[in-house]
Order: sequence, then C-alpha cells, then structure tokens
Amino acid sequence: MSLELKNIKKSYREPDGNILPILDIEHFQVGQAEQIALVGSSGGGKTTLLNVISGITTPDSGQVIIDGNEITRLPEAGRDRFRAERIGFVFQTFNLLTAFTALENVLLGMSFSRGKVDKQLAIDLLEKMGLGKRLSHRPSQLSVGEQQRVAIARSLANRPSLLLADEPTASVDPANQDTILKLIRDMCQEFGVSLLLVTHAMEIAEKFDRVARLKDFNAVLQTTA
Amino acid sequence: MSLISIAFKSIRQRALASTLTAFSVALGTSLMIAVLIANTIVTRAFDLQEFGYDLVIGPKGSELELVLNTVYRMAPPIENLPWRYYEEVKADKNIAVAIPVALGDSTEIGGFPILGTVVEYFFNEYAHGKKFQIDGEWPSHKWDAVIGSHVARVNGWKVGDPFHMVHAGQADHVHKEEFTIVGILKPTGTPNDRTVFVNLNGFFAIDGHEKPIDEAIAREAEFFGETPEQVRQFHARELAQYQKEVKEYGHAHTLPMLQKEVTSILVKMKFDPKNPTLSQSRAIGFSARLKEGFKAQAVNPIRPMQRLMDKLVGNIRILLMYLTGLIILVSGVGIFVSIYNSMADRKKEIAIMRALGADRMTVFSIILAESVALCVIGGLSGIVMGHGLIMLAGPVITARSGLLIDPFIFDPQELIIIPAMIILASLVGFIPGLTAYRTDVAENLSS
Repeated sequence: MSLELKNIKKSYREPDGNILPILDIEHFQVGQAEQIALVGSSGGGKTTLLNVISGITTPDSGQVIIDGNEITRLPEAGRDRFRAERIGFVFQTFNLLTAFTALENVLLGMSFSRGKVDKQLAIDLLEKMGLGKRLSHRPSQLSVGEQQRVAIARSLANRPSLLLADEPTASVDPANQDTILKLIRDMCQEFGVSLLLVTHAMEIAEKFDRVARLKDFNAVLQTTA
Repeated sequence: MSLISIAFKSIRQRALASTLTAFSVALGTSLMIAVLIANTIVTRAFDLQEFGYDLVIGPKGSELELVLNTVYRMAPPIENLPWRYYEEVKADKNIAVAIPVALGDSTEIGGFPILGTVVEYFFNEYAHGKKFQIDGEWPSHKWDAVIGSHVARVNGWKVGDPFHMVHAGQADHVHKEEFTIVGILKPTGTPNDRTVFVNLNGFFAIDGHEKPIDEAIAREAEFFGETPEQVRQFHARELAQYQKEVKEYGHAHTLPMLQKEVTSILVKMKFDPKNPTLSQSRAIGFSARLKEGFKAQAVNPIRPMQRLMDKLVGNIRILLMYLTGLIILVSGVGIFVSIYNSMADRKKEIAIMRALGADRMTVFSIILAESVALCVIGGLSGIVMGHGLIMLAGPVITARSGLLIDPFIFDPQELIIIPAMIILASLVGFIPGLTAYRTDVAENLSS
C-alpha cells in the first residue's frame, strides 16, 4: 500500500469565527504504482488534501500513512524530510524557480533529501521529457509545455514512491494536455510510482481506471472503479 | 545543489540590487582598510620607539618642530646654531658622538630634503642595532652626495648623476653648485630613504650659505651671551687669516668657523656597560643644563613624538575608527534592507523549496548564506579596493607629506574584517531569514 488515509478531518476557521469543514475522509487508499484521478469542484478541498498528504499541512485529526510510515505522527522537520525523499509534486503553475536552469530546477528536486544529488539522473529525466537540448535554458526561455515537462522531471528526481499532481494540465494549452498527461502516467508506470492526480476536468479523469470524487460540501471521498 | 549555490543563484537573480549592496559594503570596508593602513603608516612613521641618538640639540623653540625637522625632515629649521657651539658639544666629556646637521634646502627635482652632514653620520646606527648600508661610496669629498632609496627610485637617479639644490623655501633660487651622487643607501624604512645627504663642507661652500661676518658675530654674541668684541677676540686668529686671504685673493679659501652654522646636532651620550642607565641620566642632565643657559635645547625625540601620538594622532585614529565602524554598520543596514525587501517577492520561491522538502532551517540558512555571501564578497572587494586606493594615493601622499608609504603594507587588524563581516551578515540576515523560516507554504504555493 502506497498511501492510506484514515479518518482525516480538516477545517478552517473563517474570519467571522465559523468553522468551515474542508475534508472529512473516512478511508482512502492508493495502491503501489496505482494511478488515481481525484475530481472535485473548485474550492472543494482538493489542494488541501494534497497538502495534508504531503505533510505541508496537518489535519485536525486522522492518519496519513505512506509506505507504512504514519507521517501525521512525524514532527514538521520529519515530514519535510519524508516529502523530500518519498513524495513528488507537480503543480498547476509548474512552480519552477526562475533563476535556475531546467537542469538546476531538476537538481533542486534532489537537493533537500539525504541522498546524493545525481546529475546524470537529472539529465536522463530531462532527456526522457524531450528536453535534452534545453538543459541550460531558464523557465522564461521555455514554452509552457516544456516548463511543465521540467516540473515533471523535477517531481521524479528524488525517486518518489508517490507523485501528487495538482491540476498539472490546467495551465497547458489543449494540444499539449494529452502529451503532459501521458508523460506523467508513463513515467509513473516506468518508475513504479503511485499517482494521485487532482483535476476538475472530467475528460481527464475519465482516462484513469480509478477515479475518486471529493464531494464539495460534506467533503467525503468516494471511489468509483 | 548546495545551500551556497542556491544562495548564489538568488544573488545572481537580483544582480543589480546585489551588486549595489555588495558595493556599499566594499566602500565601507575599503574606507576601513584605508584608515587601518593610514594608522599603521602614521604609527610606523611617528611612533619613534627606537632612534639611533639620545638627544637632538637645536635652537630653543618647539620641541616637536625640532624633531619634525631633524628626524623627519618635514618642517623648516627653527633657527641655526653656531659651529662654535657644535664644537663645544662635541668636546663635552659626557658625549660620545655629536653629528652636525644642516637642513633647509631641497633637490631641484622631486623637492627632496637636503641634509648636510659629516660622513660619521652614516657610521652610527640610525636605529637600535641598525646600520646604514650603501651601494657605492660614502660622501667623503666636498661635492659628494648620497641619496636615500626612495629618492633614487622616484627620481631615477643613480651613482654618478649630478644634481642641483634649491635654496630653502625659494623655488626659483637654484644654487649653481653641483653635487654628484656617489652612493645610494639601502632602504631603511625611515625618513632617511627620502633624504639627500651632502657633504657638510660642500653644503657650507654653497654661495649664500655662509653668514656675513658682522651678522655672524652678532648672532654668536647673542647666542653665547657675549659682547661682539668677545666674539671677535675668540675668533681673532681665523678672522685675521680670513681678512688676509680676502685681501690677497679677493675671497677666502677656507670658511671661518664663525660663518658656519648648523640647524641641529644629533648626540649620543657615553655608554657605560656596567651602568646602562647612566647614559640616560647623562642625557637628562645635559638637557636640564641647557634649559638654564644658552639659546639651545636638547630633546629626546621619542617624547614629543609620543605626546603627538597620544594626544593628536591617537584621538584622530579613534575618531576615524568610529566613523568607519558606522559606515560598516550603514552597509549592514543596506544588506538588511536589500534582502528584507526581496523577501516579499521570494515567498513563493521559498514555498516551492519547502514543498520540495526543504525544512525551515534550510530556507533560513539559504537567506543567511546569501547575506554572508554579500558581506564577504563586499568585504573582500573592499580589501582589494582599500589597498588599491593606498597604492594609487601613496605617491601623492608621499609627495605632499614626506611619509613613506609601502604599497603592499598590511595591517594585522585586517584579518578580523572578514570574520567581523560574517558576524555582521549573520545579524542582518537573521530577520529576513526568520521571515523565510515562517513562510506559510500552503498559502504561498497557491498565491
């Protein structure tokens, strides 16, 4: 089992003092190398869920277990290290560092884990993404599709067991959406990485064998095979 | 990627702001270097801990002026001493060495001070245990001259070159007599390096250097508290010889003692190895005796220079150090403002690094490393700039003040600049680092 969520509850206090429930997930799991699309409406807690899974945010209660490690029991620094070593992240807006080249952005993905920075792996990943000749280009010198491919390479640079993708095709032009999606899925398959891909687009979700829905108001996760 | 290389990336991203910040640190540091080195130069030049003589005897007046004139050759002579007085000093039973010194003129080229003296000057130690060394010969003949190493370097003079001298304070009065360089002194690190030494007999023989007979008699009478007649009687034999030569040849072949004057006398008291402090007691006694009579004074040159160092130079040094400290502090504030202002734009960048697994201490360290890098780059540039400034300004300062400046001079206090910079950088980088530390990852990732 790659990811397991148990009784996750998360809520925010609104400025008027009301408590706004965001997540109320009884049980959810992602198997080893499994690929799941998570759909939900905007503001429905999808990003919060990814933050809770990655340890960026802590839930009010419940357990997040990844590869048998209950990360909700870890202190913040422990969660950071776990994220650096086991979790890959692909963001909707790519979130590449503008001062860094494509290669350096990928190397950055390895820099915060205990393992050594493997430059050759970073180059290999970028070559697999078709960016072999773009290694020293900065994000501003790359197309939107290329930037997202760099971000995908970065997310895999630390050889994660779980990849969290937050609307990875939302900022990409329609012509490139399928390419990006295919790249993510193929790479996850090749490296044996579990994938949880968040999207609000049903046409993307429908391409997955397993789709989870995050119902917006009561925040309950349902899974349909 | 190491934290340092990540920090450098960030510095490079804000190249203009980073350059200006580092430059402000460099300016502050270069000023500090200049002050430190100026302090070293002044201390080395004026902190007269070792001098080859016990006393400097000169006309009564300012002790400091006498020392600045005789030892440093930076001030005009106060007045002159009769040669007869020099002879008396030389004959004193407590005095081992008495060297006459005649100053006031300068070289036509370069304006270096001319010092007329006897060849024995070079055989005495110029500082404790340090003797003159020369390439060439000592100035034993009338028109011989020896030059200091700095004079040789600046004027490009070598042994065999002739030169003319300019009469004291009169740039358009070039003496027609010509001296020839017979030797070049090895560097001593003292004012001797920028002095031109001429044989005293040649100095006296220069047209206009001899005092007119009547004026000399009046001056000597005033000096010794005698009547002009008593002075005439004292010099009766040489005056008769002088008048005879003038009558026969139209001019005198030898300059009478009466017409010779020196500006000061360098004195070494007799030393008794069984009683090492005796020479000091003798010097004090001699100095005290002069205070009662005559119109001369004997000064231990170390004392007025120590007073100068303590009261004037020391205070100026402290003031300058405070000023440069303030400048460094202002530079530090500049770094703080530069990094702190950039934090608002960098929260997303920090959030991305946190999302990639960087913990709070790591992002804090990156900001701190950035601050340290800016300070160290600025500090090192400042050290180079400061020394460059000294190299450029050195010849000008030497020409204007007479202070010798070694372009490669190094003050050991410079060693604390970089560690001090690192401490300063850590202090000014702390608050921006804390901002990075506290950055909300979820909020800034979605912004």
